[in-house]
Amino acid sequence: MSEIVQPSPIAVPLGAVRPLLLNWRRHVPLLLVAPLLIYMLVLYALPVLAMLLRSLNDPNWTLSHYAALFEDVVFAKTFWITFNTSITVTLGCLILGYPVALGLVRAKTMAPLILVIILLPFWTSVLVRSYAWMVLLGRHGLVNEGLIALGMIDRPIRILNTTLATQIAMIHILLPYMILPIANALRQIDPSLIRAASGLGATPFMTFRQVILPLSMSGVAAGTLLTFVLALGFYITPAMVGGPRDITLSMLIAQQVDQLNWAYAATLSAVLLATALAILAAARHLPGVGNAFKTSMR
Amino acid sequence: MGEAGMNGAGRGASVTLADLVKRYDRVNAVDGVSLDIRSGEFLTLLGPSGSGKTSTLMMIAGFETPTSGDIAIDGKSVVAMPPYRRNIGMVFQNYALFPHLTVEENIGFPLKQRGIPKAERAKLVAEALDLVHLPGYGARYPRQLSGGQQQRVAVARAVVFKPRLLLMDEPLGALDKQLRENLQLEMRRLHADLGITFIYVTHDQEEALTMSDRIAVMNDGKVAQVGSPEDLYDRPTDRFVAGFIGESNFLPAIVRGMEDDIVIAECDGAIIRAMCPSRPASGDKVTLTTRPERLRFADSAWSATTPQNRLSVTVTEAVFAGERCRYMLQAGDGTSMVLKEPSSAAIRRRAIGERAEISWSVADTILV
Repeated sequence: MSEIVQPSPIAVPLGAVRPLLLNWRRHVPLLLVAPLLIYMLVLYALPVLAMLLRSLNDPNWTLSHYAALFEDVVFAKTFWITFNTSITVTLGCLILGYPVALGLVRAKTMAPLILVIILLPFWTSVLVRSYAWMVLLGRHGLVNEGLIALGMIDRPIRILNTTLATQIAMIHILLPYMILPIANALRQIDPSLIRAASGLGATPFMTFRQVILPLSMSGVAAGTLLTFVLALGFYITPAMVGGPRDITLSMLIAQQVDQLNWAYAATLSAVLLATALAILAAARHLPGVGNAFKTSMR
Repeated sequence: MGEAGMNGAGRGASVTLADLVKRYDRVNAVDGVSLDIRSGEFLTLLGPSGSGKTSTLMMIAGFETPTSGDIAIDGKSVVAMPPYRRNIGMVFQNYALFPHLTVEENIGFPLKQRGIPKAERAKLVAEALDLVHLPGYGARYPRQLSGGQQQRVAVARAVVFKPRLLLMDEPLGALDKQLRENLQLEMRRLHADLGITFIYVTHDQEEALTMSDRIAVMNDGKVAQVGSPEDLYDRPTDRFVAGFIGESNFLPAIVRGMEDDIVIAECDGAIIRAMCPSRPASGDKVTLTTRPERLRFADSAWSATTPQNRLSVTVTEAVFAGERCRYMLQAGDGTSMVLKEPSSAAIRRRAIGERAEISWSVADTILV
């Protein structure tokens, strides 16, 4: 590239105009993305920035909003609930998702069907799915009726509007984000490695422990990261099916915006964003995750 | 039991394939293969792609289940045994080294599965690295090695647990010619050192001829011929074998009679004598085969005096290829033949269109 940029001796008297004209082609990619870039800048990035600025300059320039968070009991509790829910949901997705990813990769003729079943909820809106869980988990919902019919309980138990309900619904919604990166990593394992392990004396379980699991860790890391960061920002589902005391950060933000408490909402948003970015940045340095990023870019 | 016999015999497993069939969809990839592989032998399964050689190997290893037939190792059927119980070493075409493990851990892998303690594992791994001339490479990862080095690690890993049978699936296929030739010799040395049975799969006939004690030529899921390299080259029993191993001329002929083991046939009006294991009837249409380098121009100075076949031909093409000259010839009945003559400044080169008489030994003529 650099030798093209250097002006030729003839071009020197013309100043910088000539190389500029010669190199307009280099800017074609930029021109192609410019419309979307401007759209996003004006309608998304600037408002977000303006919102975040309110945590610093409302009513005048100050760090007091951030300082106040350290003594804010409501914030501490909300932050803890959000983190706790995200960790539980991520672990749930991992435990339930890994075997499915394994099955998806192992299945030959069934694979397209399994993939559709995994993706079907993916194409339905979160709102609709949350409503569905309200129906299923309600007092006279399918779950309660089923448990009564099986004789496991005598009368309906409270599932809807509990922490458990939030976790069940969030795991359901976030599962594809865990399954797909793991399945992707598993699919990239050379099948001859599995044969080699078996031929060298490893039982199926030993092959899984020593070959399949370590080689799928990049997918596990990518899926865990994705699920956890998405879970941190969940709003609709905990608001609809969660317990009255299970207030997550995004619910608190919405509440504060409703009360026109902009500075506080902005401060909370900044903290949530910073947390998510910090986790992503830290995770990049974990072994295997960097590769997962590169793989998903391809 | 691996130490039976002081002279090395018995260190290798014997393998018996009995009427082995592997059916995929509606095609028999392996179609009734029966083969006795002797203890300590270097046997090559040679054939074009799709001939069933790899499927046969995969069934011996246990990665594929036979549709019917039996596989016995040292007289015991292993068909129902999973691969991880068969105790067979295997080298894959793409080496299949574990990318997340170091060279040491890769070679130690089969030992770890067998519960061998760490200290002994380290000792055996070091010995295996010495065996394949890679001492000091233990801490590296496979991706840090060249193709040839990866291949050696794969071999070390396949023999470190002292299996009595080593299977190799085109292990040199991905390497360049020079390296391949070096490693062929090393494989032979390894076979002599270890004294275990090798079953080697390749589509490269030169590789098979160089390395093997015996070769089983496979075609269409069947064994076309089994024999020593000399057997297959000098006495092919089958037109496919004659064409697949080395280059062959095929002459259509009609049987006129027999003299002991020699058939007398008429070919383009000339009487040709050929070695013949079977007893064809007079008047049968048959094919005779000869090797291009065993044909001579009858008037060249060093034509031998052994019993000769002679035929009149016309030169249709003449190519000088350095160490030898290659002539395309045409007999009166239109049959094309190839003749290879060692090049010498003293030998007159033939011109295209020139008529000539060629001769060759009866021993080099086979009825297939």
